[in-house]
Amino acid sequence: MFRAQSKAHQETIEVFVEGSAVRVPQGATAAAAVLIAGLFRIRETAVTGAPRLPYCMMGVCFDCLAEIDGVANRQSCMVPVTPGMRINVQHGARQTGAAG
Amino acid sequence: MSSTHDVSRGASHDAIVIGGGLVGAAIAWGLTGQGLQVALLDEGDVAYRASRGNFGLVWAQSKGLGAPHYQRWTRASALAWPDLAADLAARTGRDVGLQQPGGVHLCLSVAEFEDRAAKMARMREEAGNFGFEYRMIRAPELRDMLPGLGPKVVGASWTPYDGHANPLVLLHALHRAFTEAGGTYVPNAKVEADIHAAPHDFAVTAGGQRFAAPRVVLAAGLGNADLAPRFGLSAPVRPQRGQVIVTERTAEVLPMPVTTIRQTTEGSIMLGDSIEEVGFDTRQKPEVIKVIAERAVQSFPWIGRLNIVRAWSALRVMAPDGLPIYDQSETCPGAFTANCHSGVTLAGAHARLLAPMIAAGALDQERLGLLTAKRFNAA
Repeated sequence: MFRAQSKAHQETIEVFVEGSAVRVPQGATAAAAVLIAGLFRIRETAVTGAPRLPYCMMGVCFDCLAEIDGVANRQSCMVPVTPGMRINVQHGARQTGAAG
Repeated sequence: MSSTHDVSRGASHDAIVIGGGLVGAAIAWGLTGQGLQVALLDEGDVAYRASRGNFGLVWAQSKGLGAPHYQRWTRASALAWPDLAADLAARTGRDVGLQQPGGVHLCLSVAEFEDRAAKMARMREEAGNFGFEYRMIRAPELRDMLPGLGPKVVGASWTPYDGHANPLVLLHALHRAFTEAGGTYVPNAKVEADIHAAPHDFAVTAGGQRFAAPRVVLAAGLGNADLAPRFGLSAPVRPQRGQVIVTERTAEVLPMPVTTIRQTTEGSIMLGDSIEEVGFDTRQKPEVIKVIAERAVQSFPWIGRLNIVRAWSALRVMAPDGLPIYDQSETCPGAFTANCHSGVTLAGAHARLLAPMIAAGALDQERLGLLTAKRFNAA
């Protein structure tokens, strides 16, 4: 569905989207990595569990929430990729692990 | 009675309600239920719009210490709420998210707990044979009621009357119920200076139109202070700033609202209850937000692991003694004023109890006599 604009000289780095290795341009966002990886959802909404993908790509809509390097509910469109970053689907609302 | 149009006097209604926030909308809808043709005049986005910044508690336990008439009015409203919510859902399809599981006020020190216990005992004493059910609950038992409670919490007061609802959905549902009942909602309609006020004979210009009616209700929030004298009334209300912060949605569940913390039906946690006397200044202040957050984290440490996604401030509509003001004009009977800082809590009373009084032409003195603005005139 999405592909990176070809830029022959652009450096890429490797990140892991739902465990699969993906090469993405340096300076790209985690949301871009999700789109390049071709996922069908990056989160399931907290209220109805509906699947969502990144939408506004500018930090406004909160539809790109993902678990990034173990931290839940991060706005993936606002997070630049780093080598080896692990980006996973956000399942529903955040769990703080508190109420046990 | 039906609307007619007279070129000189403007569109004629049975009542004009000035102010389209929670107070005005609840009263306007209540008046349509009494068979009145009502025009609801809403100023617009330049207004301070306290109803857009509301926290959303339906709260009785802290209301009316030293003023048992206010305690009874608040409790009557909390009691009217379930039927109000069901009626709005049936008429508009909007679920205002009312939950009334009771509520707690947390105490973070022994001194706070003892002070609270004394206040609650006094509330019961003042309630007389009206009754006031409450419990002071110490930390061990409270931990079972509220998972994830912090170690600094010493105890809490609990009453069964408290709850919460979504204030924005409530505002929308009231507006929709009002217009579906045949009410005339007029947006961008600030009332201009050419007010005509005589006994049971009122006319105002707003939004480029003239409106006339034998009744007028001033429910313009902070705007009432300037409007009231034009109708032979007094509404000495001032702005009092409150700030609110909201977290991301969380899977944890807060089983009941706390005075300063509540969880929305969607899972967000709202934190609030600051009080600042700063006039008409709606800015936010990091120092105040910090105190709100710190106290919330002391109450429930897990809240500290949540991201804040939004914050805002709004201005409460505050009378000198913190109580509501209701009056009918003596020089211009038919003109009423309603002022309060609890538009959500009192929505039940405004729609179900106050509106019928206004339609009938007299405020119930037993219920509302002590809430007149005349109380501020005493030497």
